[in-house]
Amino acid sequence: MPDHPAPSGRVVVTGIGVVTPIGTGVETFWANCLAGKNGVRKITLDDVSPFTTQIAAEVPDFEPTDWLDKKEARRIDRVITFAVASARMAMADSGIVLTEELRDNFGVYIGSGIGGLNVMSEQTKVLYQRGPDRVSPFWVPYMIANMPGGIVAIQFGLHGPNMATVTACSTGANTIGEAAHAIKRGDATMMLAGGTEASICDIGIAAFCAARAMSTRNDSPEHASRPFDRDRDGFVMGEGSGVVVLEDYDHAIARGAKIYAEIVGYGMTADAHHITAIAADAKQPARAITRAVASAGITVEDIGYVNAHGTSTPIGDPTETKALKLALGDHAYSVAVSSTKSMIGHTLGAAGAIETIVCILALRDGIMPPTRNLDNPDDACDLDYIPHVARKKELKYALNNSFGFGGHNVSLVLKKHV
Amino acid sequence: MSEDILNRVTKVTVEELGVKAEEVTVAASFTEDLGADSLDVVELVMAFEDEFGIEIPDEDVSEIKTIGDVVNYIQKKSGE
Repeated sequence: MPDHPAPSGRVVVTGIGVVTPIGTGVETFWANCLAGKNGVRKITLDDVSPFTTQIAAEVPDFEPTDWLDKKEARRIDRVITFAVASARMAMADSGIVLTEELRDNFGVYIGSGIGGLNVMSEQTKVLYQRGPDRVSPFWVPYMIANMPGGIVAIQFGLHGPNMATVTACSTGANTIGEAAHAIKRGDATMMLAGGTEASICDIGIAAFCAARAMSTRNDSPEHASRPFDRDRDGFVMGEGSGVVVLEDYDHAIARGAKIYAEIVGYGMTADAHHITAIAADAKQPARAITRAVASAGITVEDIGYVNAHGTSTPIGDPTETKALKLALGDHAYSVAVSSTKSMIGHTLGAAGAIETIVCILALRDGIMPPTRNLDNPDDACDLDYIPHVARKKELKYALNNSFGFGGHNVSLVLKKHV
Repeated sequence: MSEDILNRVTKVTVEELGVKAEEVTVAASFTEDLGADSLDVVELVMAFEDEFGIEIPDEDVSEIKTIGDVVNYIQKKSGE
């Protein structure tokens, strides 16, 4: 016998928190997103002077003591503090009053693509420079990728399901999709779900430089992230977090909650092709989209806006374009598509969550953010990518795409709440 | 009890545990009064070792429970 009401089978978003390079807090972020603001600059968080890429989208002026007590704020990895910050904002936004019974049925699915890379980098130096007995006892707890969700649960005393999906750049979309399923199944009444990433440090930048995945437009950071543009030359690393409060529909209605949107579709496939490169035939990302649309019980023509994965890599952008054509057919040419990464870079494990939040806000306000820096679309990128300027449009459904190293393809469909 | 050692122990403790200097009394216990868990104690001991240039073996750590204990321990160690 479950200790909470039977699930309604519907899941709504009732709270949002974000930490991004163009704003912390949902309304600041959203205003800057609609204005097409740039979040990319010279890296200040670490010394990357010998590296081929020296630019990233950093979260400016982030103060850990705003979100954690002094002891934890001093030593905790930035990836965890970002998650705590977004979770606190999302919880406050939801207006929920936690009771003992609700805490037992309130879970946390917050993932990270990489985990505590800053702690990993610092403590590895300690190991080699000072020896094993100088290594911090907090190396393991602050490095492992499930700890952001673990610490968020501790902060609020949430005893429901707690799990961290790790699917590289699809992480944030997966956690939201899985958390919605958990509520539909009745495993929880409410969930905090999202992703977090903070890998702008020496080893993080060096590693992605080595993979030849990042833009080297060091002399012009504000123009470096240019999804779908013919002069794009790789992704720009971003950092931040996005967390939503998901809630059983009946529960949200009963307490008179502010409802942003409904999570109605979720589809996943795997490329099973290559460790980092997306398969050129685009069949599997297309199938993820098709599955998400089908699980929403709608047709592709209902989709009004697509927040693309759109990383600004030479192969990724045309392949995603192809996937949209395969999945949406002729509708691909009438739907509006944009990439938030043109402003905030690629926030890796946080991207799917932050960009789902963009879809939710676009549905709420009937306005779609632009793709910054799209001056000359690539010949192979021939859809409507909303260049430069936000556009008003009444929307009913929005689609978010996320694709991760390892061949993880994840799509979510969101529905406007009326 | 050495004032100099006490001041340095206080400074390190305030920094590591994020507590207020006035909480760090001679009688204060790291775990009972200053909110340290077992991992905090490991890190705190490393910070004392760095501050005073000494080694505190694990078998001695179990005897160090309060600020006074650590000041006396360091005083004894430095006198040797």
